[in-house]
Amino acid sequence: MGQANSDTPVAELVDVTRVYRMGGNTVRALDGFSHAFGRGEYWAIMGSSGSGKSTLLNVLACIDRPTRGVYKVDGIDTGKLDDDELSELRSRKLGFVFQAYNLIPQLDVLENIMTPLFYQDDPPADGEARARKLAERVGLAQRLDHRPMQLSGGQQQRVAIARSLVNQPALILADEATGNLDSATALEILALFDELHAEGRTIVMVTHEADVGERAQHVMRLKDGRIESIIRNQHTSERSEYYAPASTAQDARDEQIAHRGDL
Amino acid sequence: MKQGALWRTVKLGVSSLLLHKLRSALTTMGVLFGVSSVIAMLAIGEGASAEAQEQIRLLGSNNIILRSVKPREDFATGSGQTTRVVAYGLLEDDLERIEKTFPGVARVVPVREIYEEVRFGDRAMNPRVMATLPVYREVTNRVMYEGRFLSDQDMERVANVCVLSDTVANYLFPVDSPLGKTVKIGADYYTVVGVLLSRVRQQSDAAPAGKSTAEVFIPLETGRKWYGTMQVKMRAGSREMEEVELHEIVVEVADPKHVPMVAAASREMLRRNHKQADYEDIVPLELLLRAEETKRIFNIVLGSIASISLLVGGIGIMNVMLATVTERTREIGIRRALGAKRRHIVTQFLVETVVLSVGGGLFGVALGLLVPALVEHFAEMRTIITPSAPIVAFAISAGIGVVFGIYPAWRAATMDPVEALRHE
Repeated sequence: MGQANSDTPVAELVDVTRVYRMGGNTVRALDGFSHAFGRGEYWAIMGSSGSGKSTLLNVLACIDRPTRGVYKVDGIDTGKLDDDELSELRSRKLGFVFQAYNLIPQLDVLENIMTPLFYQDDPPADGEARARKLAERVGLAQRLDHRPMQLSGGQQQRVAIARSLVNQPALILADEATGNLDSATALEILALFDELHAEGRTIVMVTHEADVGERAQHVMRLKDGRIESIIRNQHTSERSEYYAPASTAQDARDEQIAHRGDL
Repeated sequence: MKQGALWRTVKLGVSSLLLHKLRSALTTMGVLFGVSSVIAMLAIGEGASAEAQEQIRLLGSNNIILRSVKPREDFATGSGQTTRVVAYGLLEDDLERIEKTFPGVARVVPVREIYEEVRFGDRAMNPRVMATLPVYREVTNRVMYEGRFLSDQDMERVANVCVLSDTVANYLFPVDSPLGKTVKIGADYYTVVGVLLSRVRQQSDAAPAGKSTAEVFIPLETGRKWYGTMQVKMRAGSREMEEVELHEIVVEVADPKHVPMVAAASREMLRRNHKQADYEDIVPLELLLRAEETKRIFNIVLGSIASISLLVGGIGIMNVMLATVTERTREIGIRRALGAKRRHIVTQFLVETVVLSVGGGLFGVALGLLVPALVEHFAEMRTIITPSAPIVAFAISAGIGVVFGIYPAWRAATMDPVEALRHE
């Protein structure tokens, strides 16, 4: 799995449909969804519950497969990969930040950060050094031997972010990353994401909070498994110092493109 | 998987198990008691059967022992005050027939018992006084403690000499050596020429002192000369005349293969010549075979009990692991999302199961080695731990971990990551 060149989209979905069977009903969680997430972009995915944003995230995360359509990560067609290859892809190309932090309770901070590397077929030799550097970066260098239970929510989410970076992923996926945090801590975490974006990392964040969406470069709204709208926020990376309350969110938008079906 | 990765998996398994110390400990118990009971039972069984076999072997596996037995009917009617004669037992005729007509017989040793008290100074006792041939010692594999056994010259000279078993020697001569001393048997005096080890003492130093037989040996000819076949036996309140020609005949067969044949022939011969069942035969080889058969059955029974107990232990482990997998569904989902392949999850849970069962196995072996030592000490039973027993028991316990761990691990590995992540 080599590094694709810089103009290939990090994640490209073409006519992706995901159908669930629930009892007698079939639910189209994604319905002919097509989009390409470019390198270095920061996207917020929004939408009411049932709009398909979780399914989109699962498909992007390669833990769910589309019923129909093509999904490429860094140019690699995931439909052609078996379970092991897909797992390897996750451990090399993707970083995850969950709402409930999802650290492994038996492992200390350092081990938690290193977990994705453990599962690579050919783990890098400098894994531990990387993990230490990342822990330092998220301000937890002094707590490497702590267990998740001994950390606050904000600290746990920092560990999770460090973990999502340890494999130098092509794409960072965040699922309501601030949902369990108080507003002050949430801001810290969002600032961290802004930093990552400024460094040129590709981030897709699912959220239902408008003010979180404001921080992203683009906001994609989903409805019934399709793109309802895409909004490009007007701000630069310097805005990471600034926090806009929800009431002023409307003013921050300068461009709104409505989409139906594919882009 | 690389060595470091395996070590990390084992470490992770141990720390996961330590999250539920009591549960892990209880799960381990099943295997622990299974393994330890197998080892302990094997050791006790092995010890008992070894002891039985050794005792039988000491009787001489080449030998057939014929003994006179007082017929049963006499006990029922023999309550009268009058002195009466009871004639029974092996005859000189029987001896002659065996010697002359039985093929494959090497030596035949008759024994005649004399019902007399043995006395030295003011110490007296009632051992088995046996008049026999000098070859008796060799045929019955007895060992001298000091001095010599009866000799051919003793027989020719019809000498008044005797050999004491160490039990008798220790009682009559608590301080000095009995050699050269004169003891009184009945009304006659005999010079002690040797001391023979008792059977029990002969076996091994480790064997606890059980019943040791008090015996005194005199030359057969001497016995024939001074004591007739008719003897008075004192019983509580009554005296009884007994006429017994020979009390015991030890038949030594040259080739152990011929023992069953000679045994059958002597049984047949005795059956024809004796109207009543006034004899018995002891064939140590047959006893040995029977003891081995018993041991084999014992081993089968033990094996079944052991497999059942280990099976129960294994089911216990599987049960707990299934619960663990369900409980840790979310962790499995996280690991899968972070890139764990199915085999990583399988390995993780399999390692945990094996850690449980191997832990149980290790403690089980320790307990299994301790119990026989305690039994030996407190119950004064001999136990033998064969080196293979702990090894096999341990290997089985590890195997159980793998066998009963596969299903829970497979369940964990085949979970849908999306569902697993959604699990609370």
